[in-house]
Amino acid sequence: MPSGRPTLVSGGAGSGKTLFGLEFLVRGATQYSEPGVFMSFEETIPDLTKNAASLGFDLGRLVADKKLFLDHVHISRSEIAETGEYDLDGLFIRIADAVERVGARRVVLDTIEALFGELPNPGILRAEIRRLFGWLKEKGLTTVITAERDRSDHLTRHGIEEFVSDCVIVLDHRIREEISTRRLRVVKYRGSTHGTNEFPFLIDEHGISVLPISSLNLDHPAPAARISTGIARLDGMMGGKGFYRGSSILMSGTSGTGKTSVAAHFVDAACRRGERCLYFACEESPRQIIRNMRSIGIDLDPCVRKGLLQFHAARPTYGGLEEVLLVTHKHISSFKPSVVVVDPITNLLSVSTLNEVRSMLTRLVDFLKTQEITAIFASLTASGGDLEASEADVSSLMDTWLLLKAVEVGGERNRALYVLKSRGMEHSNQIREFLLTNDGLRLLDVYLGPEGVLTGAARVSQEGREKAAGTFRRQQLEGRGRELDRKRQIFEARMTMLRAEFEVEEEIIQQNIAESKLLDEELLQDRGQMVRSREADTSAYKRGGSAPAARKR
Amino acid sequence: MPTTKTKARARPRKTTPRKPEAWKLRLYVAGQTAKSIRAFANLTVLCDEHLKGRYQIEVIDLLEHPHMARGDQIVALPALVVNLPQRVQQIIGDLSNTDRVLVGLALQKVG
Repeated sequence: MPSGRPTLVSGGAGSGKTLFGLEFLVRGATQYSEPGVFMSFEETIPDLTKNAASLGFDLGRLVADKKLFLDHVHISRSEIAETGEYDLDGLFIRIADAVERVGARRVVLDTIEALFGELPNPGILRAEIRRLFGWLKEKGLTTVITAERDRSDHLTRHGIEEFVSDCVIVLDHRIREEISTRRLRVVKYRGSTHGTNEFPFLIDEHGISVLPISSLNLDHPAPAARISTGIARLDGMMGGKGFYRGSSILMSGTSGTGKTSVAAHFVDAACRRGERCLYFACEESPRQIIRNMRSIGIDLDPCVRKGLLQFHAARPTYGGLEEVLLVTHKHISSFKPSVVVVDPITNLLSVSTLNEVRSMLTRLVDFLKTQEITAIFASLTASGGDLEASEADVSSLMDTWLLLKAVEVGGERNRALYVLKSRGMEHSNQIREFLLTNDGLRLLDVYLGPEGVLTGAARVSQEGREKAAGTFRRQQLEGRGRELDRKRQIFEARMTMLRAEFEVEEEIIQQNIAESKLLDEELLQDRGQMVRSREADTSAYKRGGSAPAARKR
Repeated sequence: MPTTKTKARARPRKTTPRKPEAWKLRLYVAGQTAKSIRAFANLTVLCDEHLKGRYQIEVIDLLEHPHMARGDQIVALPALVVNLPQRVQQIIGDLSNTDRVLVGLALQKVG
């Protein structure tokens, strides 16, 4: 709010203008030690005090402490006759006096336009109001001027916005699908960058709460610590350590796929670690959840009794989306859990449009992240729809996305789970079947075969088939081995035979060779004898005779 | 806020009430502005004419007694406040429109 300058708060009937002004003063008085003056042109002081009390403001005490000065300016046309030129010095003096009494730094004029209805001669009035604003500015008073807005193209009924040129805030009360949302928009704020969006706000027992549509910066911490999902094998699917602390987990699945059960495991594990959990149940009552979870062997009752687990069960339809968000904020702020479960977020869609749910969840996620709270959001996906299109279209906000689905094969439904994404950690790409047993959720081994992942009876039968096929192959293998043996034996037998034949032949050939050698020698001897008998030249004989003998050897 | 130098003007001007139903008029002003002087003059003339000797004018300078503005719900100045039997009538402006002042004071019958 621009300090020392006037701000115009404009809005239709019941949009919370007076309250805005009151809160501005009360906060100023209690938190910034800036006393304030409230000039009411409509409500009487007792009325104001009573109204403010319903919002948790004790105006009486503040007035007694001289932190607040309430003045009711009552004028009634019937009691006033105009007899010539007049000015609003009376009002000036009253404000000045009030300001002086409490040393006010803040002034609220609610609703100054009421003067237009009661005092004649609007020309003078306008000039005087302009003078008033100038005077307030000169005094350095931070002023809130409320004004009625009756048509959407006009900020105020009497056009006083032209005097207040520093900051204009428009309050709006909008009803969509029977649920009203209050919205606030800064139309103009000189010398400041301001959010031009419409911000939903709420009025409850603590006053006005404005929730920014989204946080401006993405600068929340990112703890590296991991926490268990409560299901050991699910941890295993995520690098063996589970979720990051402070991350947001989306768990989507069609109905009856065990979202609540997975969430219950997570809650149970957190409670065992002694951490606080907050469970926002939008569909089931806490007793019902506890009873149902007992059937899978999770007893949440002790956690509740120890005060570690708190349920907050309410249908979102009881208030607007903003109210849901605010209630969530408030519960989280007061309970300070380290784990939050929202089951399911899809229900929010029943009270609002997709866009609003998305923006609301963005804010919720941002808020949770800044608090380093790990959150699980269960989301119900319409069966038959695209599973990976989460209903509220929030997947991009989430760090981890577990997808639960029912696999229908061979006349049965089996539950399967997989980690669709998990930022910043390695995670299994496998679809895992799980069973809800008496002692909790049990992830089964992955059955990975040539025909893909199978579940349930199909998995069992496929495993059987596989086994049979294995036996068959083994038998085949053994058969082949035997055949080989046989062949080898035949081969060896044949070899023996051949060898025998060869040996026989060899013997014959050797014999032949020996015989022909013998024959040769005999021939030689015969020739020698012939030479000697013919008395040939011995030396010539010897030379010629020895050569063939050497050749032969 | 008029920056005229303030001067004590809370001078109750009394004429001896001869009749019990003397008019008590309170004129609220803020300093001696042209308007307030005019209003006072107009009022005096008017009262002398219609309420001769039966009136009492109290001029209250709010610059000096700012808290008094609240009691009579003064917003516009100058303002003449009259306690009528049924209600409190406020007449604002410089009282230059005599007829309307008289209507406001419920004095037509006298005039």
